[in-house]
Formats: sequence, C-alpha cells, structure tokens
Amino acid sequence: MKTLILAAALTLGAGAALAEPVKVGMAPEPYPPFASMDASGKWVGWEIEIVDAIFKSQGMEYTIVPVAWDGIIPALTSGQIDTIMNSMSITDERLRTIDFSDKYYNTPTVIVAAKGAVASPDAEGLAGKIIGVQVSTVHQNYAEKYFAGSAAEIKTYQTQDEANQDLVAGRIDAVQADSIALDAFLATEAGAACCELVGAVKDDPEILGRGVGAGVRKGDDALREAINAGIKAIRADGTYDAITAKYFASSIYGD
Amino acid sequence: MIAFLRPRHRQVLLVAGAALVAWCIHALDWSWLPAYWPLFLRGIWATVWLTALTTVLGLVLAIPLGFAQAAGPWFLAWPALAFCTIIRGTPLLLQIWLIYYGLGSLFPQFPWIRQSDLWPILRQAWPYAVLALTLSYAGYEGEVMRGAFKSVPRGQLEAARAMGMPRLTLFRRIWLPQALRKVLPTLSGETVLQMKATPLVATITVVETYAVASRVRQDTFIVYEPLLLLAVVYLAIAAVIVLVFRHFERMVPTRTA
Amino acid sequence: MSTLELLALQPPGWGGNLLRGLANSIQIAVGAYGLGLAIGTAGAYGKIYGGPVLRDLLEVYTTVVRAVPELILILILYFGLTDLVNQILVEMGRDRIQISGVIAGIAVLGVVQGAYSTEVLRGAILAVPHGQIEAARAMGMPAGMLARRITLPLMLGNAIPGLANLWLIATKDTALLAVVGFSELTLETRQAAGTTKAYFTFFMAAGAIYLAITLLSQWGFARAERWARRGEPAVAAGAR
Repeated sequence: MKTLILAAALTLGAGAALAEPVKVGMAPEPYPPFASMDASGKWVGWEIEIVDAIFKSQGMEYTIVPVAWDGIIPALTSGQIDTIMNSMSITDERLRTIDFSDKYYNTPTVIVAAKGAVASPDAEGLAGKIIGVQVSTVHQNYAEKYFAGSAAEIKTYQTQDEANQDLVAGRIDAVQADSIALDAFLATEAGAACCELVGAVKDDPEILGRGVGAGVRKGDDALREAINAGIKAIRADGTYDAITAKYFASSIYGD
Repeated sequence: MIAFLRPRHRQVLLVAGAALVAWCIHALDWSWLPAYWPLFLRGIWATVWLTALTTVLGLVLAIPLGFAQAAGPWFLAWPALAFCTIIRGTPLLLQIWLIYYGLGSLFPQFPWIRQSDLWPILRQAWPYAVLALTLSYAGYEGEVMRGAFKSVPRGQLEAARAMGMPRLTLFRRIWLPQALRKVLPTLSGETVLQMKATPLVATITVVETYAVASRVRQDTFIVYEPLLLLAVVYLAIAAVIVLVFRHFERMVPTRTA
Repeated sequence: MSTLELLALQPPGWGGNLLRGLANSIQIAVGAYGLGLAIGTAGAYGKIYGGPVLRDLLEVYTTVVRAVPELILILILYFGLTDLVNQILVEMGRDRIQISGVIAGIAVLGVVQGAYSTEVLRGAILAVPHGQIEAARAMGMPAGMLARRITLPLMLGNAIPGLANLWLIATKDTALLAVVGFSELTLETRQAAGTTKAYFTFFMAAGAIYLAITLLSQWGFARAERWARRGEPAVAAGAR
C-alpha cells in the first residue's frame, strides 16, 4: 500500500502540470446530498468531502470550478478543468472520449413516481407515462433503451433538480435517477407529499456503468493514478467510511 | 449578382470562403449527421413555427399596448408602459424560467388545475414557451407601436373626425393602417431578433433546433460540428425572414396606393 | 422560511448570493461593453475608411453575429476560443493557460457587442456633417486629432441612444452565461430557487434587480445624451 502511494507521489512529482492546483469540475446546479452550494456560496455534500479527502491524502491542492453539466466533458477535453468528480458513471461510451479513475461509489438506479401512477419499475409499469431524466446521463441512455417503446415520452432536463421540480408540478409521471439522489428528494416536504419510490430498475452494467469515478483527460495518467491512490488511501484509513456515516445509513461503495 | 462579383478581391474572398467550407466538410467529423438529420428537421420546424406564431400573437398584443400608451387614458397607458418596461428591462431567460418553473411550482398548491380539461395542454412545455416568447415580443414591439401611433399626422385624424367618422372606423381605416405601415420596415429586424430568442426555450425541455444540437453534443461528445451546423441553420432562417419581409414591403405600397 | 428570511443578506438567506452574482454580471457587462466599443470604433472606421477587403470582412462579421443567436455564439466562442488559444500556445511550445470564466465571458459577449456597436457607430459617424470634417482637413488637422476633436465628439449625440440600447442588451445578455455554468445573477438565482423551491420569490427578486439596472441606466444615458448634445439646436434634441 505505502509503496503504491509513494509510486503515485513520484509520478505526480514528475508531471509539472500538477504543480498547480487540480481544477475539479462540478456542475453548479444542486445535486444533494452529493454536491450543492449553500447560501454562503460554499460547496457542501458527500462528494465534496470525499474529493477533499482524496486530494488531502495525496498532499495535492485543488480548486472547484463550476461548469454546466451539459458542457462538462468538453470543458475537460479543452482543458478548462482537469477532472470531473461529479457523480459521473464510468461507461464505455464515455471511455471513448475520456479516462476514468477507479469507482468511488456505486448505487442502484431507481424510479420515483407520482403516488399511485406507476406500478412497477419496468417497461410495462411505465407504459403510457412521461418519464423525466437528466440529460447526458446513464439514466437517459437506459430510459431510451428500455422505456422508449412503451412510455409516452422521455423528457430530458439540464439538471435532476428540474426534473424533480416537474415531477412535483405533475408535468411528468416519473423520474429515473440514482437512488441516493432520489432518496434525498423523497425526504423533502414536496417530495414526500407527491411521490413514492417505485423500485430499482433491472441492472444493465453496459449502460448504467460500473460505478462513479473521476473523469480525466485521456493520457493524463499522473492525475488518474494520484486519484486512484487517494481513493485507496481513504478507503484504507477509514476516512471514507467516516464521511459516509455522516450522510448515509449504510455504505454506498457498492462491492 | 454580377456587379457584386466584379471586384477582383470579392472573387478571391469567395474562393477563400469556399475553401474554408470545403475544409470544414472534409476535416471535421460529420458522421453523426445522417442519424440525426430527421431530428434536426423536426427541430428546425419547431423553431420556425415558434418564431412565426409568437411573432403574430405578439404583434396582435402589441397593437393595444402601443395604442394605450400613445392615446389611451392614464389607467390604460400606465399599465401598458409598466408592462413594456418590465419586459424590456429583464432578461428573457429569467422570464422563461419564471413562467415555466414559477407557474409549475404553483400546481401542487391548486389541485383543481390538474383536474381541469386544460391539464393535458398545461403539463406540456410548449405553451409556456409560446407565452413567454409572445409576451417578450409584445413588450418590445409595443414600444415600437407606441411611436408609430404617435407619428400619424394629427391633421389626418382631425380631418376624419370632421367628416363625422365613427371612432372605431377612424382607428381601423386611418390610424392603424398608417401606424402599421410605419412599423413594417422594423418588423423584419424584430422578427430576426425573435428567431434568435427561440433557442432559450430549450432550457425548459422544448425540443427545437438548438435542443437537437445539444443532444448530438451530449450523445457523441462532438462539440463544434453541431454548433457550426446550428449557426448555419440560423443564418439560413434569418436570410429567409429578411427575404420574405422584403417581398411584403414591396407588395404593400402598390396595394394601398 | 419567510420571503424576507430567504432574501436576507447573511446565510441562510440567499440575498448575499444574488448580490455576488450581480457583481459578476456587472463586471462582465462593463468589460464586454468596453471591449465591444473598442471593436465597434475600429470596425466603424474600417467600414467607412477601410479598403475593399477589410470592408467585406467586416460586413461578414457584423452580418453573421447579428443573425446567429447569442446563445450559440457564446457556446462556440466559450468552448472554441479557450480551446483555440490553448492550441496556439501548445503549438508555440508554451503551457496551456487557464482562461477564467470572467475573461471568457467578457471576450465572448464583447465580440457579440462589437458587431452591434460597429453598426451603431458607423451610422453615427456618417451622420456627422461632412463640411465639418472637410473644414478640419483643410486646416491641415492630422487624422488622429480629427477623430478625437471633431468626429468623435460630434457623433456622440447621435450614437448615445444606440449605445444606451447596447448597454441594456449587454446587461441582459450576461444572463446567457448561466447556460455555460458561469455564476452570474441568473444562475445564482436558479441555484437559490432550486435549493429553496421558492421559485417565484427568487425569480421576481432577480427581475427587480435587472429592472433597477435598466431604469438607472436609462436615466444616466438620458443625462449623457443631453450633455453630448449641448450646443446643438433644440430641434435635434426634440426629435428623439
């Protein structure tokens, strides 16, 4: 373990570009409980603390740069940011354009719907319904593959928050997203009043990916290795579990 | 056309431009285009009808707004002025979000809205887009109409009144036609501006040209090619708008003379 | 929370965020407007006095920018410009540089503003009585001094209404940067609204702020126009 970290630190020292703080891209729209900005303009959430712990463990400086989700991959490839650590799932499709670190969490995908609107989280249950998903996510791809045939419409939103808002407003019947993000929504007053958890969708690793990792530019191996070492380090020394315990009842690493 | 091409430098520029286009076609990645072309056509159609519908509706609203400010009593003139000032003084993006998400946040508080017969329409996104774009156009054009109504020579109105023309006839036959003719040359520019505002409704889930291009960008991670195609599409639509209005402007004087 | 608590300047109120967003918006609007004026002045002179090639190129610039939606120009320039600058730097063997959101925003909106102000200033310069310029030339005034002493002061009165409009467009166009994730007033508003679910409160509050900027600016520009037209016959002032 130690040698691994040391090796990573050495490669790290070799890359001159890493002398500057690593620019971590985050979408500024609220995505609780993972990453959102509070009223004082401070980033808060599980993922924010994990990012902090990963870079601290490697003795690296970082800054969070807000980038719209919609343009976050172009921002990475064009060098405006160095890494995306914003609940982005590792998928084959994305791997064609960017590289990923190891996963740092993995949670099931669920359907949440207006009370009584949807019977089951599959094509039959969603027949004739309007489903909302966040644009450019694994959920959009999944919904388009499995539900496009039977659902009335699949609407795409810039942020999950807007999709939830339209679910509350009744403009859509159901949303599909990460279970944790939707748990947080169901815990809010508006979410509890209107909606219910229908259940997890059938897994499809090819589309839903292999967990959430940090996206880096292709070939930026120094940074990727450093982040991998950071994830290993905080998993090993208990930091990861301590942070998780502050937000969730059980582990979200997903073994 | 020939006169346009006569100067030597224009020929050189045209060749350079053609070379640039050829390079774009050759060097950039257009492999996604066949798969998305049908979607693009639907998006372009949405852009066109949104522009046309909201321009017409907005103009219809702008006439009373302008008239109230130009000749109405204070209790009509004042709200009309306030409306135009507010629309012109705030960003359209904010207005669109206020109308879509703001109104949307009211639905849960008033359950009867969801029971009404209008709900299947109200739950869609395009009515809000049409409303926001119409109000915006009415705000800007209302200001233009105010100036147009004011600029109709008083003598014409007095003459008509002296002839004993009823007020409604006077408005319909004298005041409105002259004001509209004054406004006509500005309409082409205003309509291009309205067309340029339509991509903003993509942020409230309306699928038009810009939304299709974003989709391509998100599906394929190709950034510039869809945006370049978008720029070309909007340039073409703007050119068509300008040409159509030029045609109208030529027609109008011969018909009313 | 009540409306007043939501808008309070100190957290957990979101008023402070809106004001920070406002500061960003104004910073970008001022920068873009200034850059636009610089491009516009050069462009207007180029269109009037430049050679045929320059004139045609400027025509292409103003036509394209005025026909393509700002949102798309912003996206092309926002991603393209930073990419291009970095590619050139890498070609030259230098390191990539970080272009901050503020600089990118100013550059992008400035290029858009430049096209509009080129047209406004060109119209205003052409409206300067030709005899004045001929007289100055006959006195042997050098071109730079002629522009500074005669053309620019005389055209200002004609240009101010158009320039006032451009400033209002600049302040409102900063809202479009919300789409690329830059935290100006509109994006801060959406964040506050999304987090608190008080959509009406925050959109209305932001609308009021934008409106206040507009009204203040209109008042300021009206005064500026009166000042610029001092010494002109009253008829000209009444026509507007």
